Amino acid sequence: MTKAQTISTTCPYCGVGCGVLASPQQDGSVLIKGDKTHPANFGRLCSKGSALGDTVSLDNRLLYPSIAGERVTWDEALDKVADGFKKVIDQYGPDSVAFYVSGQLLTEDYYVANKLMKGFIGSANIDTNSRLCMSSAVAGYKRAFGSDSVPCSYEDLETADLIVIEGSNTAWCHPVVFQRINQARKNNPDLKIVVIDPRKTATCDIADLHLPLKSGTDTVLFGGLLQYLSQHNIIDNEYVANYTEGLFEALTASQALASIEHVAEKCGLAADDIATFYGLFAKTEKVVTLYSQGVNQSSSGTDNSNSIINCHLATGRIGKPAMGPFSITGQPNAMGGREVGGLANQLAAHMDIDNPEHHDLVSRFWQTDRLAKENGAKAVDMFNDVAGGKIKAIWVMATNPAVSLPDANKVRDALKSCELVVVSDCELNTDTTQFADVLLPAAGWGEKDGTVTNSERRISHQRAFLPAPGQAKPDWWIINQVAQRLGFDEQFNHQSQADIFREHAALSAFENDGVRDFDLSAMADISDDAYDQLEPIQWPVNKDYPNGCQRLFTDNRFFTANAKAKIIPITVHAPINSPSEQYPLILNTGRIRDQWHTMTRTARSAKLNGHIPEPIVEVDPQDAIQWQIEDNALARIESEWGSMLARVQLSSGQQQGNVFVPMHWNEQFAARSCVDTIVNPVVDSISGQPESKHTPVKIAPYQPHWYGFILSRVPLVLTQSHYWVRIKGEQFWRYELAGEDKITDYTTWAQSQLGVDGEWLEFSDSGAQRYRAGKVVNNQLESVVFVGPSHELPTRSWLSQLFSEVSLSDESRKNLLAGSPGGDQPDVGALVCACFGIGENTIKDAIACGKAKSVEDIGKLLKAGTNCGSCIPELKNFLISK
Amino acid sequence: MKEKLVLIGNGMAGMRTVDELLKVAPDKYDITVFGAEPHGNYNRIMLSPVLAGDKKIDEIIIHDLQWYQDNEITLFTGKTVVKIDSRQQQVIAEDGTRASYDKLLIATGSVPFMLPIPGNELDGVISFRDINDVTTMIETAKTHKKAVVIGGGLLGLEAANGLMIQGMDVTVVHRGYILMNMQLDQTASDMMRSELEHKGIHFLMDYDTAEFIGQDRVEKVRFKDGSEIDADLVVVAAGIRPNIAVAEASDIQCERGILVDDTLKTFSPNIYAVGECVQHRNQTFGLVAPLYEQAKVCANHLANMAQAKYISSATSTKLKVTGINLFSAGDFNGDKTTEALIFKDPAKHIYKKIVVRDNVVVGVVLYGDTIDGNWYFSLLTEQTDIADMRETLVFGKHHHDAA
Repeated sequence: MTKAQTISTTCPYCGVGCGVLASPQQDGSVLIKGDKTHPANFGRLCSKGSALGDTVSLDNRLLYPSIAGERVTWDEALDKVADGFKKVIDQYGPDSVAFYVSGQLLTEDYYVANKLMKGFIGSANIDTNSRLCMSSAVAGYKRAFGSDSVPCSYEDLETADLIVIEGSNTAWCHPVVFQRINQARKNNPDLKIVVIDPRKTATCDIADLHLPLKSGTDTVLFGGLLQYLSQHNIIDNEYVANYTEGLFEALTASQALASIEHVAEKCGLAADDIATFYGLFAKTEKVVTLYSQGVNQSSSGTDNSNSIINCHLATGRIGKPAMGPFSITGQPNAMGGREVGGLANQLAAHMDIDNPEHHDLVSRFWQTDRLAKENGAKAVDMFNDVAGGKIKAIWVMATNPAVSLPDANKVRDALKSCELVVVSDCELNTDTTQFADVLLPAAGWGEKDGTVTNSERRISHQRAFLPAPGQAKPDWWIINQVAQRLGFDEQFNHQSQADIFREHAALSAFENDGVRDFDLSAMADISDDAYDQLEPIQWPVNKDYPNGCQRLFTDNRFFTANAKAKIIPITVHAPINSPSEQYPLILNTGRIRDQWHTMTRTARSAKLNGHIPEPIVEVDPQDAIQWQIEDNALARIESEWGSMLARVQLSSGQQQGNVFVPMHWNEQFAARSCVDTIVNPVVDSISGQPESKHTPVKIAPYQPHWYGFILSRVPLVLTQSHYWVRIKGEQFWRYELAGEDKITDYTTWAQSQLGVDGEWLEFSDSGAQRYRAGKVVNNQLESVVFVGPSHELPTRSWLSQLFSEVSLSDESRKNLLAGSPGGDQPDVGALVCACFGIGENTIKDAIACGKAKSVEDIGKLLKAGTNCGSCIPELKNFLISK
Repeated sequence: MKEKLVLIGNGMAGMRTVDELLKVAPDKYDITVFGAEPHGNYNRIMLSPVLAGDKKIDEIIIHDLQWYQDNEITLFTGKTVVKIDSRQQQVIAEDGTRASYDKLLIATGSVPFMLPIPGNELDGVISFRDINDVTTMIETAKTHKKAVVIGGGLLGLEAANGLMIQGMDVTVVHRGYILMNMQLDQTASDMMRSELEHKGIHFLMDYDTAEFIGQDRVEKVRFKDGSEIDADLVVVAAGIRPNIAVAEASDIQCERGILVDDTLKTFSPNIYAVGECVQHRNQTFGLVAPLYEQAKVCANHLANMAQAKYISSATSTKLKVTGINLFSAGDFNGDKTTEALIFKDPAKHIYKKIVVRDNVVVGVVLYGDTIDGNWYFSLLTEQTDIADMRETLVFGKHHHDAA
């Protein structure tokens, strides 16, 4: 077998933008390694990145264009899209159509999409799922700096003496950045870490101080900090005088927060803890504030960011090594999207629609007289306009709004009612593709080739290492084909992604001369070869910084009219919907360690499904008592907008009065599990970012007639039960079930689920409403079904292992329907280490027997935690709770 | 001068009593044994393996004639005792042989129930009780083809299996729907039946035999519904009755069996009885385990160590019938006040049913896998509350060892 070729590319998940080495193997599999030379990760990968090889399979891939479910040729599909959009535009004008795009598009795809909508269709109705993730950070930066400029680099985290992590479970959502921080902590014992989060997350594992503030009180805490800094003369008066404006107004606005006690009371924190935090911040020059969705996904999102930036500006802690306000993004190319202007309130290359000079400049560069003059509809408004009939044709690219937008049921109705819905994706079945009139197969990760920008402004080349399957095409090609059919041939006749990148770079350089932060002038005529060879580089890339620029604002000049940064006066306001008698709890949403977005990729990896296999709701134990819900039972969570089901997980890390539900699950993987169907559709008035982390809800026990689960070697078509979850395992599929109707004839029911063939084993205890059956084919376990009156069913782990037995041993067969081998045979328990598949019980046993006294011991004994390290916080908890 | 002990019946229960007696009081008695059969004492249970060709007759002998000599026991073989003169304390055999006793032990066992229907005296109509029956069957199999077994109980099925192995074409005729209904429930019976059918044995369920037809040798069996089948050999295994002929003839208190108290004493002085011929607290016996228990107690009293009492406890049945392991105990059919825990693996010929009432085991039937039989039986006899074990009870003891 010939040595497989290794391609250096980047990870398609979070905004850290890790370098990945991909080696396609003869057997069709792909070997994945971290790229030691990539400055984002230096070879590290998280559990999700490490499992990328599991996700390139073709099951559920969208391979051919289709219209109304009928397979068609590309020409037919593209004509249909172009004609459809043209008709609507001719009749109702350009603002009656929209593109809803994605932070997972490559910059080149993004560029032509934005150019087509804003420059030639002539509407700004293009928005992106990045709206849901960092538009508040964008708005915050723009208000402060006059530009959407992330000042910092990851390296600043490693040299800082204080890292304030606000609204980010970095350990799970940006694991490699977390690992770099953790390493820095080991290298520098003086490094202090403060975590600000209503939840005690895995990130708190490395925190010197955790401030579990009340949801939505961030501006109070940082307003108070600004007051404290001024009270204690920590303000850098010279810096403030020369390079900023607005401090006085900001201090006046936050006057009420001058007393720590008052802040403590409003934030629900201990005054001492706040004093500790303020003291740390005051006395530490080298401070980075790292923030993410907890800050952004709020009706105060923009104010939240500015309340952070204010403190850095007032102390001059910006534009220097080891300091600055650092927004970390959620998607691989959220930053790239911002650079091309993929948001409805941006123009292109960090220019603004409502800026006449920018408008004129871009019109001339694109040679168009149709350039959009007004901001378009932001994500939530866009789908409201679809629902209201204002928008009649929408093209969704590489995203899943039916799952990811708040009040998702309304979004689904909107798509259902829309005249023309075009979806380009690499997945066949998603909650969104089911509404598509036209489905266009796009090249996926590993097949498409272009650039992405990570959270530290680093542009990397994401390269293809697999041929595009079926008739899948790059998004930029699809968009250009439609553009040409709309009559814009010469503006969209790019021959390659390099062509587009050159145009994109040239636009950033066009009449720039340093007046705009985003400047790739040094790359405007990059050769095809140079583009192919492109090494990771941080923008700006121009004559001053031919090799990129690690840090912005080192010259203390900002991109405002007078080059001064703005310190923003902030008025505290509470989240828009506050808890009520009817909905007394606050719903918080977010990511879990081993799933990504709507799971279309990560759910293909058995490894990644083991950690948290089901939609869960984390509940404080006291609340659980009050609302009579039981650990591991199912609960019904309901808001004014909808209801869902989830498996209860009691968590002391959960604040009383708060519940947490992951954002990932949807109709493809579980019934009644999509959290956005209950999230309130309210947004930040400036950024338009939804308040996804604060919805008033109530919780109640879900009481089905029966609980059950099925494990099967092959995927099954199950008769509808009221609750189901589908989980891919190693050599089997797992289904968790619950039903509200009595099962009258268990055997018939079981056979209708598993099929009648094979040798059947059955256990029944009608008195206890207990039924179990197993099916053996060719002496191999084919499937099992367990049903009982409560959620207390045998662990699935031992049964799962039986699917790897070449032939089912007599012992295993005898004990099959007991669900355990009996005697003192070990049961590995729930998966903890995804990389090496190590279970909870195995680890706890190693600790119990005294062999493992530290995380390092566990690593030596079981390898757990020695690859991506994402499970180390859990390992520590086992050691503590021992 | 030793006392005289006379034993009527050279079978398993009686001789077991003698064995026990020799252990505790070897020199107390001069012992005389009357046996109707012309053999030493042999293991009747092993007649089935003999019929099936797995054992030879001499392999199932417990005490050969030499043994009686070595132990100075007078053995009369082929002599049936017909009268007991309890006043003179003598027994009299058919041929007039007399023996006087100080203590008498009756262990006449049981006699097969012969259907009271026409033709039951024909040649080729036999029962399955002793070595003679077995040799008859083996000989007949060499010259004849068609065998009919009346009765789908334990003996009937073993006879059928043996005759099939001896090369005959066998049909089992059963009055009910459940084979071995003393030991099995419907499901287990069905599994048993299909396994035996698979081996080539035919079954006529719910058939009532009306008549055996033939000149001097049986040729056909006719049923109440008028239908007939050919038969060169008929083995009647329709149950057994306590053999109380001599006891009744001698005015010893009998009902279905010879009445005995907890010390195995009859109502006549110095006369004891053990085994299938007795009726103890209104119960009669067909399995070996309680017989051995009786033997122990009886020997204890014959040795004048009058301590032990016989208490007939709930019994479990552990059998290997035609190579199939079976276990049953208690009320394994259950009723509307009980709940059943059932495990089935038909492909592996395994079936387990545990019947519980208020989380106490009241009955068990195990088919194919009987390893945990004794454990279930102890849960049953000890009335253990199985609420906490219920989920994995049917999967065996090893699920509850660790706990």
